[in-house]
Amino acid sequence: MSTPTTPQPSGQPEERLENAIELQDVAGLSQGQIVRRRFFRHKGAMVGLAVLALTALLALTSVGVGPVPGWWQWTPGQTGAVVNPGGSPTLSMPTWLGGEGFAIGDHPFGQDEIGRDIFARVMAGVQTSLMVMVIIGGVAAIIGVAVGATAGFFRGRTDTLLMRATDLVITVPTIVIGAVVGKMAGTVSGVVFALALGLILWTTLARLVRGEFLSLREREFVDAARVAGAGNMRIIFKHILPNAIGTLIVAVTLLMSSAILLETALSYLGFGIVPPEISLGQLINEYQQAFSTRPWLFWWPGLFIVIIALTINFIGDGLRDAFDPRQKRIPSERKMAKAAAADDAAARARVPSVRPDAGVGGGA
Amino acid sequence: MALETPPAPTTTPVLSVRDLNVEFYVDGRWHPAAVDVSYDVRPGEVLAIVGESGSGKTQSSMALLGLLPANGRARGSARMGDRELVGMPAGRLRRVRGREISMIFQEPMTALNPVFTIGFQIIETLRAHFEIGPAEARERAVELLRLVDIPNPEKRVDSYPHQLSGGQRQRAMIAQALACDPKLLLADEPTTALDVTVQAEILKLMRDLRERIDAGIVLITHDMGVVADMADNIIVMKDGRVVDQGPALDVFRNPQHEYTQRLLDAVPHLGRGVGAAAPARATVTEPAPAGTAAPAATAADERELVLDAQDMVIEYPGRRRTPAFRAVDGVSLQIRQGEVVGLVGESGSGKTTIGRAAVGLLPVTGGHLRIVGHDMVGASMKDLKPLRTKVGIVFQDPGSSLNPRLPIGESIAEPLLLHRGIKGQGLQREIERLLDQVRLPRAMRNRYPHELSGGQRQRVGIARSLALEPRLLVADEPTSALDVSVQAAVLDLFQELQREHGFACLFISHDLAVVEILSDRVAVMRNGKLVEVGPTAQVVTAPQDPYTQRLIAAVPVPDPEAQRERRMARDALLEAQRAELLAEEARHAEDAGRADALGIDEIDNERTQRPGI
Repeated sequence: MSTPTTPQPSGQPEERLENAIELQDVAGLSQGQIVRRRFFRHKGAMVGLAVLALTALLALTSVGVGPVPGWWQWTPGQTGAVVNPGGSPTLSMPTWLGGEGFAIGDHPFGQDEIGRDIFARVMAGVQTSLMVMVIIGGVAAIIGVAVGATAGFFRGRTDTLLMRATDLVITVPTIVIGAVVGKMAGTVSGVVFALALGLILWTTLARLVRGEFLSLREREFVDAARVAGAGNMRIIFKHILPNAIGTLIVAVTLLMSSAILLETALSYLGFGIVPPEISLGQLINEYQQAFSTRPWLFWWPGLFIVIIALTINFIGDGLRDAFDPRQKRIPSERKMAKAAAADDAAARARVPSVRPDAGVGGGA
Repeated sequence: MALETPPAPTTTPVLSVRDLNVEFYVDGRWHPAAVDVSYDVRPGEVLAIVGESGSGKTQSSMALLGLLPANGRARGSARMGDRELVGMPAGRLRRVRGREISMIFQEPMTALNPVFTIGFQIIETLRAHFEIGPAEARERAVELLRLVDIPNPEKRVDSYPHQLSGGQRQRAMIAQALACDPKLLLADEPTTALDVTVQAEILKLMRDLRERIDAGIVLITHDMGVVADMADNIIVMKDGRVVDQGPALDVFRNPQHEYTQRLLDAVPHLGRGVGAAAPARATVTEPAPAGTAAPAATAADERELVLDAQDMVIEYPGRRRTPAFRAVDGVSLQIRQGEVVGLVGESGSGKTTIGRAAVGLLPVTGGHLRIVGHDMVGASMKDLKPLRTKVGIVFQDPGSSLNPRLPIGESIAEPLLLHRGIKGQGLQREIERLLDQVRLPRAMRNRYPHELSGGQRQRVGIARSLALEPRLLVADEPTSALDVSVQAAVLDLFQELQREHGFACLFISHDLAVVEILSDRVAVMRNGKLVEVGPTAQVVTAPQDPYTQRLIAAVPVPDPEAQRERRMARDALLEAQRAELLAEEARHAEDAGRADALGIDEIDNERTQRPGI
């Protein structure tokens, strides 16, 4: 925005910023920009983000989404002739890793006993897991924010009622309620299954959001908004929620990684996603008899479960560090020493070799 | 400037600091926080380090104890006897801390551990440094508590911090600091968090102590009144540099550096404003209602009542077994159009409660309160909507009263947007007008609150409160979180705006000197009741109520000689009213006991009552 430059009004210069040193770090940035910068500086989170993005890209493009075909030659349900004995992977390591020269082959992840391509099946499973993760995160966030914000903002009877209901949901073990819901919803479709899981996983978010609201509603800027004439809805959405967003995002990411594990566990138990849809947990379940003879049927789905859960956790950690203003990066000793040496050199260059008798704290 | 050390040192200094530099590493560079600080502290002497926040006064002292954060470093020399403190290994430094140098912190409630008794914390200090048995240590703790004048020390030694009043907590802190007979006491703003009357008592205690113990005291503060009361020598710091240094009287009488002069000018001086300000005010406020065409003589009575309280009662509702707390009890107060009324009292006296009730943030329990013709008793949120355009409030903490996620332009514009529905270009023009009024550059509208200094934030707060041209402005300690020179600028601005807009103002403050500058009339509150209301000059020079007398006597003035006289008068007055004070202390203790029995927890206490004395 082009603002007319006004002459600096009088009374300005004497107002030095009293927290000038801390502000060096944040000059000219909005809160969002500061958070973003801190997040991008977090190595773990950046690696996690990159790996997750690559995984998602691979899963989406290789076997395609819905009617759109992917670039991989097999589809998850397609059966073909078993290439290697027992369907073992055609992927071989380069010689320096003890393999027989790098090659991908027709079925890099191997095949199962009826000749289906494991790579295609694992990719389809990754797609399902990511979809389930996003839907659970979204549904849980919406319900959690709605319940938590209402309880925390209005307090009193509303709060008691909503929080006791939340407690009720919490007391039932997630795996049990998940199994019941999953059995009913999973047979319909993966999306419905994810929605149903989202409906039971919002409790931790609701408690967190409520806590944030309880403390934020006592802040003076909320009073200021009320005096300015803002209604409850405006205060909740414009003034309180943006300030609680940090906690919320962090909690949602961490919830997503646990949601993946929950989906996997339920599918493994046979209460989750059922064929013809494919999920990683279901793949493991399907091939569990072959564990000792054809371990690759196991490894690949397992590896991708670990990759997804781990990257999400790293991203969540990065977000938490970025949003928490108390988290200050302690600079490394080496960097500090380097800067000190540079300063000293500069000082030597400036000051003549014979220092004029520096009285006690000369002029300012 | 003459900055040589005092001639003919009579004793060897306990601490001698030479060319101390403190720096912080931020964003790839070292930023100096204190540059070439040098001073000596002798036994029995009080050295005051004065400066505004960010001047490096605290960091330069923390460096002595090796308590800098991880990205800080200290260079130079600080010698204690024959030992060098800067660069001393952590293990040896730990033996120095507490034993030879000890520290009195600003906020006793946070500096004392709430889950241990004060006795335990003193004993801990003792046993960390001496081979001493628990029984003996306890005896010593009781002795120390007696030294700092805590009543009934045998019993109080087993009290938890929350069971003591603010002043007693600070005394306990001092006792802990004195536990090992340190050679040097660092007091970091030891009275800033306390009420004036409590501050007076703590200052008295510290004066007594320095004669009884032979320690050097480094007093870090921004309060010139406290400095005038205590200090022998003064160092004035600005932007990390020492700009003025010398014996207290010299610095006050004959400040060398321009900054020191400016600082001393900016300090409100109780009793000085009465002569000059009051007549000026009278001439300013009377033209305001000229539209009513009333003769000047009777104007004061015919001006419209903007705030009218009759026997107003405000209670915080009880919860379960906790009885309701009556924060304001039968207050009657009138404010007319264009009048500035100062509301003075100590923390917990109910002054903020009145301010919040006046803008409709708190319900009024009983009596009458009419604000610009709106009845506030039993009013619902919807009833209050029209009132919102007629009242404004400036909050105490400019950091917390602005939404950190909104650019300040949006914060200022919110009332306009909500009440007038102004949008787009028109709104931008209004924002510019308001920023101009409070003398902030227009380009600042896109900045976020954390990018602004305290003074700038408070200007934004004032701009927001004036957006709708309110008839009544409630200013709730608007300058208490600001530095002295910034405070002076904000007060100037405030006076000017008041003159220009002619709003009525309820100015809430604990600082009598500030209230004296601004107000036409002063109302003094205590424990939810008004004890005295009257014209400013009369309240300040000839207070009627014993509490007001004590309150005014307790305010230190920034002038060592005048303060010496005031101190005598104050001590005499305290002595004269001792019986009453003791009775009150007992009552407070009883209250606290009852609160315990009823199970009122800390949060309730915070919300409702912070015991005064």
